[in-house]
Amino acid sequence: MTYHGGDFDVIVIGAGHAGVEAGLASARMGANTLILTLNLDAVAFMPCNPSVGGPAKGIVVREIDALGGEMARNIDKTHIQMRMLNTGKGPAVRALRAQADKFLYQHEMKKTIEETENLLLRQGMVERLIIENNEVKGVITQTGATYNAKAVVITTGTYLRGKVIIGDLAYESGPNNQQPSVNLSYHLQELGFEMVRFKTGTPPRVNSESIDYSKTEIQPGDDVKRAFSYETTKFITDQLPCWLTYTNEDTHNIINNNLHRSPMYSGMIEGTGPRYCPSIEDKIVRFNDKPRHQIFLEPEGRNTKEVYVQGLSTSLPEDVQGEILKTIPGLENVRMMRSGYAIEYDAIVPTQLWPSLETKMITGLFTAGQINGTSGYEEAAGQGLMAGINAARKVQEKESIILDRSEAYIGVLIDDLVTKGTNEPYRLLTSRAEYRLLLRHDNADLRLTDVGFNIGLISKERYERFINKKEEIKAEIERLENTIIKVTEDVQNVMEEAGAALLKDAAHASTLLKRPEIKYEHIERLSKPNHNLDEDVKEQVEIQVKYDGYISKQLEQVERLKKMENKKLPEDLDYSVIKGLAMEARQKLAEVRPLSVAQASRVSGVNPSDVSVLLVYLEQGKLKRVESNA
Amino acid sequence: MELDTITAISTAMGEGAIAIIRISGNDAIQISDKIYRGKKHLKDVESHTINYGHIVDPETKEKIEEVMVSVLLSPKTFTREDMVEINCHGGIVSVNRILQLVLKEGARLAEPGEFTKRAFLNGRIDLSQAEGVMDLIRAKTDRAMNVAMSQIEGKLSKRIQRLRQALLETVAHVEVNIDYPEYDAEEMTLEILKEKATFVKNDIDKLLQTAQQGKILREGLSTVIIGRPNVGKSSLLNNLVHDNKAIVTEIAGTTRDVIEEYVNVRGVPLRLLDTAGIRETEDLVEKIGVERSRKVVLEAELVLLVLNFNEALTDSDEELFKISEGRDRIIVINKTDLPEKIDIDKVKNLAGNDPIITTSLLKDEGVDELEEAIKLLFFQGELESNDLTYVSNSRHIALLNEALRAINEALQAIEAGMPVDMIQIDITKTWDLLGEVIGDSVHESLIDQLFSQFCLGK
Repeated sequence: MTYHGGDFDVIVIGAGHAGVEAGLASARMGANTLILTLNLDAVAFMPCNPSVGGPAKGIVVREIDALGGEMARNIDKTHIQMRMLNTGKGPAVRALRAQADKFLYQHEMKKTIEETENLLLRQGMVERLIIENNEVKGVITQTGATYNAKAVVITTGTYLRGKVIIGDLAYESGPNNQQPSVNLSYHLQELGFEMVRFKTGTPPRVNSESIDYSKTEIQPGDDVKRAFSYETTKFITDQLPCWLTYTNEDTHNIINNNLHRSPMYSGMIEGTGPRYCPSIEDKIVRFNDKPRHQIFLEPEGRNTKEVYVQGLSTSLPEDVQGEILKTIPGLENVRMMRSGYAIEYDAIVPTQLWPSLETKMITGLFTAGQINGTSGYEEAAGQGLMAGINAARKVQEKESIILDRSEAYIGVLIDDLVTKGTNEPYRLLTSRAEYRLLLRHDNADLRLTDVGFNIGLISKERYERFINKKEEIKAEIERLENTIIKVTEDVQNVMEEAGAALLKDAAHASTLLKRPEIKYEHIERLSKPNHNLDEDVKEQVEIQVKYDGYISKQLEQVERLKKMENKKLPEDLDYSVIKGLAMEARQKLAEVRPLSVAQASRVSGVNPSDVSVLLVYLEQGKLKRVESNA
Repeated sequence: MELDTITAISTAMGEGAIAIIRISGNDAIQISDKIYRGKKHLKDVESHTINYGHIVDPETKEKIEEVMVSVLLSPKTFTREDMVEINCHGGIVSVNRILQLVLKEGARLAEPGEFTKRAFLNGRIDLSQAEGVMDLIRAKTDRAMNVAMSQIEGKLSKRIQRLRQALLETVAHVEVNIDYPEYDAEEMTLEILKEKATFVKNDIDKLLQTAQQGKILREGLSTVIIGRPNVGKSSLLNNLVHDNKAIVTEIAGTTRDVIEEYVNVRGVPLRLLDTAGIRETEDLVEKIGVERSRKVVLEAELVLLVLNFNEALTDSDEELFKISEGRDRIIVINKTDLPEKIDIDKVKNLAGNDPIITTSLLKDEGVDELEEAIKLLFFQGELESNDLTYVSNSRHIALLNEALRAINEALQAIEAGMPVDMIQIDITKTWDLLGEVIGDSVHESLIDQLFSQFCLGK
């Protein structure tokens, strides 16, 4: 029995970090949007660690904000501490990380969704899609409701045929004992999607009252006002610390003695786990010469005593988990509140997607987040945002928005997924980006606000502030390039104070700023701008001037690559008729169907001579057109 | 089409009497003009003309070769781009030097088949030939790759792989500091980075030195015998030649008709310069002989300076010491069968650290010692020739030079106290370039290294 539930432009299945961004973006762009989730109390739920950001990921959060997404604003309102990481290194790798109040984070996000126009949030489990002529037309829920839509975004996280494993216990379940979504997975397979089975895990949670913090090291937040969003003006000053402790020989002995009870080693787990997030038993086995491993104790919120034991992700039996915990300094008398577990789930092979995140097989169907083989809230949110944007634009018959690798980490992430695929849950790392210096934490707004504004997710008022900031940066750099600092006693004093070599001849202010020891504040003292500049303007001036040499070098590389990005390949190119392609390249290209020569060159198995052949083919096609015109 | 300017040696290496270096692209004329001296600048000559002149190193102003240069302006050229073809004598040394100059002035070394590819891309080749061209590109690239593989399968490849592995571990270490700032891995300090980068730089330096040695093995070490008349130059020459099966070649078509003779001395191929001159000057007035020596010494990599044991040192002897100063040099004191009249201490003084060998060529004494000295000088007493890894491919040399530049920039950045992630840019570039030498630049291996070297996770 089914009944008609309603008509929408866009339906988002799931309300995790990908789903909420997709739904919000789509609704804010004017598309009538429905978010369906199987549990309304699990909106924007953090089933693993209670934190947002960090290297690469933190930059994604800034990018989401610059594009008009929600994650940055939401964490700014609900964190318990924030820290800037890598402050001792260069600007390219600085990254913000927040510890979240995970309960507050959910409530705040749910409230934002409820208050958004054009957006309906409803509880319901989708079991089937309605497909006509390879086009998506809507969804059908477990309760028999039929919702029609022009585009559907699937963001099912680890719920797809989820299976929780603790020791020799295994049961069908989503994360944290939520219901799994089983039928939808089978339905996707029926439709012909190629699926893979991945695995991830989470550590036990313990009661804060039972921890002896005197045996641990305190990890406080920064003593400065920090925020992810360029819009945030209210800062949380009352922060909670995290705590650091270590495993030891006793811990490792217990684990080694119980390896036979680990599902990882008994063959019970078939899914591929991520290398960057190994369980504690994995760490002990693979790095058995390491005498200790770090354990961070992270509060899960302000109104709870639950503490997340970071570093102890495990699927060992519950009794072993209890024993392990008690060997760790500070946790001798700890009371475990939830045990750690491993979870297996289905994901689709992401090379079945276009860079817009629309599936190649079914028009109007998009997927985002863990279902695409990624891991991490930020990776999910970034994809969700792009899928939501492109679903809404599809409905509005506009071109999709595709960020390229030199523009955003989100671009790197999506390009990696749809071009190379992944054989383990994919996590962003700064080293995955070839233009790391361009994809900085501090310039996410400069890179992406234009895009956010053009698609209608950035307000006019915010955009004007942004344009103003851009102009101030430009003007101040020009001023420094035209200001000559003469050799005077004052100048030499500043040089000495900065620990820099004394000035021999007069120099441009910009040249002085290039010296490693000299900061903008020194220059400001030697030559004041005619009005007071915002701190983030000063920061930009310093970074852009100081690292100009490196930045220009990367920009040159980007220019070269752009030429190849601009050589578009037709979606329906028949690679089997192109002579000269190697067999492997032909198969891979036919599978990935890259949209540009540059993307083709990144497909694994495609070598430079195949790229040459493609270029020749492209030119040939062009020439044919030229001839037919003549 | 916006394509950069490419160049390559377009004739078979080392065989023909002449060789052609081809340059194609927007900057072809401009680049050639920087290294060409003739009646007119190449930018001012008519298209499709051939022009006589010289190739000159713009830095040292040294004349390198006498050449004929064809200027072919777009679009009526093979690639439909501006093209320059430099015709020069076929010796590999000078051809390579000209190529290096062209590269230095901004052209890029062409990939195999790239001229043909451009010809096609620019519509020069008929569409019906398309399939043939694609097969050609395919074949040429693959063949070049096979050649590269066989060339490097041996020691060079292993050595570069070792070097890359060392770099990769360093890069992974820096990456782990960046991506996992709280992880308890040792922080990669500038001191450690400097140490690692210096190690890599030295190794690339060494590889490039072997490039020089590899070239000598292929081309011969240009050697000249100088000395006053009648000290025994001819005897020495004849001795080396007869002992070592000389191959006498006459290079025709040059203005001088210089005769060069190749001899193989204990694994070191010597290219004896101006052997005709040696034979002639035995009869010449001393002063003219010195003048002639002065010119020949400029072209030589090794100088054998012959003195007479039976006569006191003359002004001319001292003059010959002066003109050969700073070159690899062996002093030969001949005629030990006659009474000693030379001031040996003074010779030692003039010779500095250069080896001194006493011979009696008449009695065939001391020649073994001389040959041993030549061998020692070339291999610097360190290595036997079959232990060396030779870099000989022009593409490899160009890549290694680029890698050297990159690692030097990294070292400069370290000196300047730049943040580690900036330094990393040039270190990673070095790693990529070394990978290109052995045809392996897969980025994924960094991520693999990261997770196998460090224990990371939540």
